[in-house]
Amino acid sequence: MPFVPHTESDISTMLSRVGVAALGELFDEIPAGLRIKGLEGIGPALSEAEITQLMQMRARHDGEPLCFIGAGAYDHYVPAAVWDIATRGEFYSAYTPYQAEASQGTLQVIYEFQTMLASLTGLEVSNASLYDGATAFAEACLMAVRANRKNRSRNILVPRTLSPAYREVARVMLKGQRIELVELPMRDGISDLKTLDNLSAGDFAAVAIQNPNFLGSLDHVDVLTDWAHSGGALVIGVANPMALALLKPPGQWGAAGADIACGEGQPMGIPMSSGGPYFGFLVCRQAVIRQMPGRIVGRTVDLEGKPGFTLTLQAREQHIRRSRATSNICTNQGLVATAATIYMSLLGAPGLRSVATSCNANTSALVEALIALPGVTRSFAAPFFHEAVLAFDRPVAGVLDALSSNGILGGYDLSADYPELGNALLVCATEMRSAADISAYADTAREILGAAA
Amino acid sequence: MTEPLIFEYSSASRQGFVADSDARPNLLAEVLRTDELMLPSASELEVVRHYTRLSQQNFSIDTQFYPLGSCTMKYNPRVCNRLAMLPQFLGRHPLGPVEHGQGYLQTMFELQEMLQVATGMAAVSLTPMAGAQGEFAGVAMIRAYHESRGDEARNQIIVPDAAHGTNPATATMCGCEVVEIPTREDGDLDIDRLRAVAGSNTAGIMLTNPSTLGLFERQIEEIAAIIHAAGGLLYYDGANLNAILGKTLPGDMGFDVIHMNLHKTFSTPHGGGGPGSGAVGVTERLKPFLPVPFVQKVDGRYTWATEEQYPQSIGRLSAFMGNAGVLLRAYVYMRMLGRTGMERVSDFAVLNANYLMVCLREAGFEVAFPERRASHEFIVSLKQIARETGVTAMDFAKALLDYGFHAPTTYFPLLVPECLLIEPTESESRRSLDGFVAAMAKIRDAAYSDPDTVKQAPLTMPVRRLDDVHAAKQPDLVWQSAESGQRKG
Amino acid sequence: MSEVPESCLYTKDHEWLRLEDDGSVTVGITDHAQEALGELVFVELPEAGAGLGVGDACAVIESVKAASDIYCPVAGEVTEANASLTEEPELVNSSPYGDGWVFRLRPEDAKALDQMMDAESYGRFLAEVED
Repeated sequence: MPFVPHTESDISTMLSRVGVAALGELFDEIPAGLRIKGLEGIGPALSEAEITQLMQMRARHDGEPLCFIGAGAYDHYVPAAVWDIATRGEFYSAYTPYQAEASQGTLQVIYEFQTMLASLTGLEVSNASLYDGATAFAEACLMAVRANRKNRSRNILVPRTLSPAYREVARVMLKGQRIELVELPMRDGISDLKTLDNLSAGDFAAVAIQNPNFLGSLDHVDVLTDWAHSGGALVIGVANPMALALLKPPGQWGAAGADIACGEGQPMGIPMSSGGPYFGFLVCRQAVIRQMPGRIVGRTVDLEGKPGFTLTLQAREQHIRRSRATSNICTNQGLVATAATIYMSLLGAPGLRSVATSCNANTSALVEALIALPGVTRSFAAPFFHEAVLAFDRPVAGVLDALSSNGILGGYDLSADYPELGNALLVCATEMRSAADISAYADTAREILGAAA
Repeated sequence: MTEPLIFEYSSASRQGFVADSDARPNLLAEVLRTDELMLPSASELEVVRHYTRLSQQNFSIDTQFYPLGSCTMKYNPRVCNRLAMLPQFLGRHPLGPVEHGQGYLQTMFELQEMLQVATGMAAVSLTPMAGAQGEFAGVAMIRAYHESRGDEARNQIIVPDAAHGTNPATATMCGCEVVEIPTREDGDLDIDRLRAVAGSNTAGIMLTNPSTLGLFERQIEEIAAIIHAAGGLLYYDGANLNAILGKTLPGDMGFDVIHMNLHKTFSTPHGGGGPGSGAVGVTERLKPFLPVPFVQKVDGRYTWATEEQYPQSIGRLSAFMGNAGVLLRAYVYMRMLGRTGMERVSDFAVLNANYLMVCLREAGFEVAFPERRASHEFIVSLKQIARETGVTAMDFAKALLDYGFHAPTTYFPLLVPECLLIEPTESESRRSLDGFVAAMAKIRDAAYSDPDTVKQAPLTMPVRRLDDVHAAKQPDLVWQSAESGQRKG
Repeated sequence: MSEVPESCLYTKDHEWLRLEDDGSVTVGITDHAQEALGELVFVELPEAGAGLGVGDACAVIESVKAASDIYCPVAGEVTEANASLTEEPELVNSSPYGDGWVFRLRPEDAKALDQMMDAESYGRFLAEVED
């Protein structure tokens, strides 16, 4: 029997000890009318060899196209040690570290994780991870509404340039509590500062700022942060941790810095893996820690005075505060955060800076190569980190289809999310894309554009 | 024994993995950061040793019996991990075209179908990333259903007092009011109280069945009738699905919406706190409200269902499609079990629980509901031992660690004083169950002969008992190097 | 047996109230409540000037294992919160009726105090609860 260790003799010994004649009797409290004959519709078991062949065939079928899509998930190199260590059974098959003495490994990893995230974002305290960047953003909005003591607003000002998926997830998660997202318009791929004149920061619990924004551009983080604080709104900084290896972190934006930072942790050693599991991060100032959702690890001492780690500030959480908890989150993305901690340890600051710089350089090279083609231009002049928007003289979908049949994923079509941008494509070239890859993209695109024209 | 922090290995000149680039960023100095990042600079071998050593300070299923009630700590087959980490699966961009994802999408489609069969539901969405998010999706769908019918006054969610904390917390997140229902002496729900509160404000009820007390709720059909008659819907918290897999279906019990913890019943790893997956299933009438995206099959081609196709959907719960890698592991596990294997899961999960319960009772322990059949888990109350010796459930939990067993869940559910909630799962052999009983008996004997020593436990772990009060009063959540010193995080 | 001073009034939520000479009402949690919670690690206080209605959740008292809301027992305006609890929440454990008071308010209607239990009734109530 797969994954059941009992022998026939074990089973009969155990049944008689329990005092039943057959396994079926163990279910005698289920009303007879509800009992089923079994799971008709589930096929027969496959052996390990058979399932391996099946999955390998399906994986091969999907292939390994050359990826120039970013849009929130990025194709970075992951050193072999990262997942070799993270999937050791002692990390992989452990539970949430509620029994601290038997979970010091996981707890210390998370404490190190919290330290790294606080440093990257330039803020003071971090939690142990949330599901992904989108839910971390939604939780940051909820947290800001609870934490803002200067006003009782239930509105959050959110730029149109902030990830459409994050805005949609936040809308879904905030709806029940009647918290609204108000859109800050964009101009030239960044927030339109002129529109601030018609708004009052005091009408918002928080102002969200994504940098680089969804379109890859660097936004007016200092001006927006100071404007928000001047009216008593908190600032939520949404950031890509890879970009933070180079860019001024949320904690240093404007005069006072953002109050909360959040984002998608995937670029830190997590494979793209069809969208997950990734991890969201949430970091804040010490002053608002009691409004933080999710698990937090603290360093303390044991009864002999020796340092050790434990889950702390648990009175915020659902298993203690129930209906008045800061969030319903219980399971987070522990193993993925473990992998990210190992990744950041292996690369260190110089390694991360080097990867981030390569991404910036490769995307610049890609943009140069593509705007050399007829009918392709840059949509905006704003500086970018590792993604940029290109305008085409024809619908992007057809170009992407043709590229895809040549094994190239050419970018993310923006026409559904940003129809006002026309035939716009968001492209990204990480450190993984070589000069040859970029030439292959440009050459193929040249043929496609030439053939169709 | 103490492993230093990774930062303490650091020497400024080293770096574990050399990513070489001479390029300089094409950005103005004013946008660049100028401070030093607090990241380690250790060699690759130092990093590998550090995290390997840390891993060795953990209990885990791969190394210990882990009878944590309500958590279903069953074996996580290695092959599930290997196949989910095939390079093409890992390398697939979530926004890549479906032409480059038919293998993956077919797998997800078949997983949806298998989960429908296993729960008696009409449709499944795999997007929720953990049980609590599945709960959120469920309650949000219930609200959307009532709103779609103009029935907007329904804002109460009924929750038994024995429920997981996530149930009331979820109801609050969805903007609902929580109404708690007590549990009767025999462990079933107080149905008279339910009748009294169910009414025109009832949005729905959230139930775990078997309950968190490890008991099958015998009045489930009557409960369903009461809630449906009041115009509410029933939500099934799938935390305990392992107990009934292949024996009965939440759909037949009258539930309208359910979530499944794939990291419990379907054996994906807990990973020291996640990632999980909280796939949701619904009956026909809630289908329009399912969270997108989910996989559909049209003319032999697999595609993602979108908001445009399902305008009444509650919307998206993640930036992409949920915890894909977790879903792949669950799929591999389910295919390897097949129909017979899946039915045996509950057979042996329940046999192990009842066997362990009987053995502990015969060893003199007080079982919370001795007249009832255990489901896949059961409760031992140490109230009498605590009163007579001062040794509490927490002391037992810590002492078990010294015997090489992870502690059961302690002090939950809140209804039973000094309780241990014990869930052995189908993975454990009779030998490990017998070993656990022997350890429990030894600790009990020690509680009477030498209680102070038991209260000192654990003695063999990397640390002794930790000062939780100190941790909460002076939170030290982020390491500060001696030089960066003053500002305390 | 926990301490129940004669000078205070009580609620079923284990809060105490004391009418001060200036007409304000001091609110805290009872000895029984602090003992049940265990050593406190944090107290979240209401802000002076806040207007509270009966039953409003206005403060939070946290131990490691539990968090308990303080529900405002009588309507009124908060005049002062016990700032020393921010640094020393354990004062609630060591002196629940003295230095561990939580906040003061000016009641809208002092007659509301008539609804509260006196020490004797609360003592009886405790005996039932602890049974």
